[in-house]
Amino acid sequence: MPLLWIFVIVLVFGAVGYVMGRQRALASAGGDSRILHSLPNYYGTNVSIFTIVPALLVLSIWLILQPMIIERQVTSMISETAIEEAGSRSLVMSDVRRVAEGLDVAVQQGALSEDEARSIRTEFTNVRTRLGAVGVALGGEVTADVLRAAQRYRALNATGNVMMTAVVLILAALGLAYAYVRTHQEFRARNTVERAVLAILILASTIAIMTTVGIVFSMLFETFNFFELYPWQDFFFGLEWRPSFEGGSELGLIPLLWGTLYVSFIALLVAVPIGLFAAIYMAEYAGPKVRSIAKPLIEILAGIPTIVYGLFALITVGPMLRDYFAEPLGLGSSSSSVMTAGIVMGIMLIPFVSSLSDDIINAVPQSLRDGSYGLGATQSETVKQVILPAALPGIVGAVLLAASRAIGETMIVVLGAGAAAKLDLNPFEAMTTVTVKIVGQLTGDTDFSSPEALVAFALGLTLFVITLGLNVLALYIVRKYREQYE
Amino acid sequence: MTDATAEPRRVKSSLLATDDRTKRRNRAEARFRAYGMAAVIVGIMALILLLTSILSNGLSSFRQTFITFPVELVAERLDPAGNRDPAEMARVTTFGYAPLLGQAFVDHVAELGIETDLGPREMAAMISEEAPAQLRAMVLANPEIVGETVTLELLASGRIDGYFKGRVTMDSAERDRNVSPGQLMLAEAMVDAGAIETRFNWNFITAPDASGQRPEAAGLGVAILGSFYMMIVVLVLALPIGVAASIYLEEFAPKNRVTDLIEVNISNLAAVPSIVFGILGLAIFINFAGLPQSAPIVGGLVLTLMTLPTIIIATRASLRAVPPSIRSAALGLGASKMQSVFHHVLPLAAPGILTGTIIGLAQALGETAPLLLIGMVAFVREYPSAPPEGFFDPASALPVQVYNWTQRSDPAFVERASGAIIVLLVFLIFMNAVAVMLRRRFERRW
Repeated sequence: MPLLWIFVIVLVFGAVGYVMGRQRALASAGGDSRILHSLPNYYGTNVSIFTIVPALLVLSIWLILQPMIIERQVTSMISETAIEEAGSRSLVMSDVRRVAEGLDVAVQQGALSEDEARSIRTEFTNVRTRLGAVGVALGGEVTADVLRAAQRYRALNATGNVMMTAVVLILAALGLAYAYVRTHQEFRARNTVERAVLAILILASTIAIMTTVGIVFSMLFETFNFFELYPWQDFFFGLEWRPSFEGGSELGLIPLLWGTLYVSFIALLVAVPIGLFAAIYMAEYAGPKVRSIAKPLIEILAGIPTIVYGLFALITVGPMLRDYFAEPLGLGSSSSSVMTAGIVMGIMLIPFVSSLSDDIINAVPQSLRDGSYGLGATQSETVKQVILPAALPGIVGAVLLAASRAIGETMIVVLGAGAAAKLDLNPFEAMTTVTVKIVGQLTGDTDFSSPEALVAFALGLTLFVITLGLNVLALYIVRKYREQYE
Repeated sequence: MTDATAEPRRVKSSLLATDDRTKRRNRAEARFRAYGMAAVIVGIMALILLLTSILSNGLSSFRQTFITFPVELVAERLDPAGNRDPAEMARVTTFGYAPLLGQAFVDHVAELGIETDLGPREMAAMISEEAPAQLRAMVLANPEIVGETVTLELLASGRIDGYFKGRVTMDSAERDRNVSPGQLMLAEAMVDAGAIETRFNWNFITAPDASGQRPEAAGLGVAILGSFYMMIVVLVLALPIGVAASIYLEEFAPKNRVTDLIEVNISNLAAVPSIVFGILGLAIFINFAGLPQSAPIVGGLVLTLMTLPTIIIATRASLRAVPPSIRSAALGLGASKMQSVFHHVLPLAAPGILTGTIIGLAQALGETAPLLLIGMVAFVREYPSAPPEGFFDPASALPVQVYNWTQRSDPAFVERASGAIIVLLVFLIFMNAVAVMLRRRFERRW
């Protein structure tokens, strides 16, 4: 039975349970809902929950476990020689799955009867042409082993599905019956329902943790695979980045890290002064009118997607820098350069720095300003000698957050910084960053057993650790050195 | 009196004339103020420069050059069997249609009485390579028109189009082997004769992508649909999960290590680089769970995980803004804690939650990097089918389409990429405007 139908039937059971539960509760109270412990709807919901939740839970666990178990049983049927011929166990298994799917399609279209699909043998039929006739293209000839494994795979899947349908539906019916029998005027339906809702809420809030765990584990796992193929010393301390898919690549992190830090440094050089001064001006000098126009305008910059900045770097800033600075100065002739990416990224970070600093400056109490003015200081002296020192931890935190943004930024550097991994000081030279290489190594057809693809996971982990470190440091600084004004 | 005039004062100071030190301090003050103003102006100028650059490059992509001329659909060529059976006619490939169009075009130029020294081949090259395919689709959809003479409005080639948009000039045509000045002059003459026209091009928004040699036919249809599907997935998953998580953390969670951990986690997730989410999607959803590459469902799942922190932070803020008196009143009337939250607090916080959700969606709509890793860069010409199957079909996404076009060599794609950005920005402006409007209309100050 198709999955969707099982799902729908369980839901229908639930709806029926709702009506039944509600009615039974009312009946047990003689139609007077005031005698019930909970509102009548809670009794209905209670029955629904008991019907639906266990059934769907079992359904989803079954859906995860069944392929694993079947896979294990089927793999044991394949001989070692077949695995060696194909290269790896997973390749054979994907062949098996493909043949099994092909048989399914053939049966559906009527090209093969169910019996035939179960009993055909490579000795008597050319399976490849028969499946090709129904539109399932197979890469190579089907060996006897693979065909038998595929037939077994189909058989196991079929019995598994029948069992799953039966178990799930029986469970739903049992749940319904159990909750229905328990429904009584003194039954505390609301408490059960609320406990179930609370469980859902808790489950939702753990998704954040599961995401983090997922990120860390997915990257750790592949990074370990990478370090088995490529020595970690060469990765962390290598000065050369020269991947080649024929093997013998040099995958050194240093040039990428250098490019990343160089671009981020220039970006901060642009963003921090402009952002900070803009924040000071807006908090201390600008009248409400100017502020109400300028502040949203600058914050628009924060809402623009990074691909837009990337295109801006590619078609406007890059050629401009090349024509007016790099070529006249004899520093290079490439339109994608560290400078291009850095400046555009700096523009992107201006609103980030300015709105964070603005909040922090506004949090400095007015009494400090008044005290400073009272001693005869000018406005700028107040800002420089009183407000900035008071706001310093917050501003440092903001700059660190901006730095972590800059290091993790992808699209601007992909389109603006270039792809050549170099250790160079010339800012008008094209260089590359960690994020560019992650994109480069993982887009297109990749073979996940080669170090050239796996290195992207190690790069990703490095990136994750660096940005996480910066964020934690920023939080720590803000918390530790924050002045408390009371 | 004499004393005062005779003895010079130690500190010269006057209320009327400022002394040097004060002048210096005032100058410093003015300078500081000017720096601040300059910073604000630089920021705004950057915004203006960014937008003008995109608009000036991209607006022209909404207009396209079309050539109109009559074409005789010769029956012997298009339907050799003569039975008007679409299945048999499908054997005639676009190569069968191209000479027909070329000949009709040459004839039409002669009919208009335009003098040109171009050969028929060069003249036919002015029509887009996409045109035969369009004609073929038209004929196969409606075999009855074979044998008739129909007047067609067909795309001009990318270079001819570029000439009318100022991208191609006579000088550049000299050096370009894809176009010659003669073709441009012919095009000019045909404009005067009314056979060539540049007008608004809906196909840019609705058509699928086209190959690298046919920038004139490339459109955003698949990308917009793909982005739309992903936004549906994000909305359906991120909103309930985000709201549920926020309600728990804000209203029910006891203050202990576990909830602390969750909170730190959420704020850290908000700062994780987007590309890391792409790696997560690739490793978990594609390699582990075996979901198809380039599918909106995978993109939607990755973007959901990315937008969750945004939605949770916004939802918690708006839950916190509902005053405790509301909760106390509900509890006082006998509601349970759960009832007070779901019946009273949540409805009051709804506008804030919606605003946060829309802003989160807008962020997700513009996100590119994670989608590159899960294979959304693939060249997709087929529209994904209707949901729910469509969620598993390959599709593109708006920002990824922009990236895709920047990677192509023909300069006409720069115009297309900028045009796609304009479409993207229009969507973003619309979403943000809705968010601002919601906030203005429903926000309550307690």
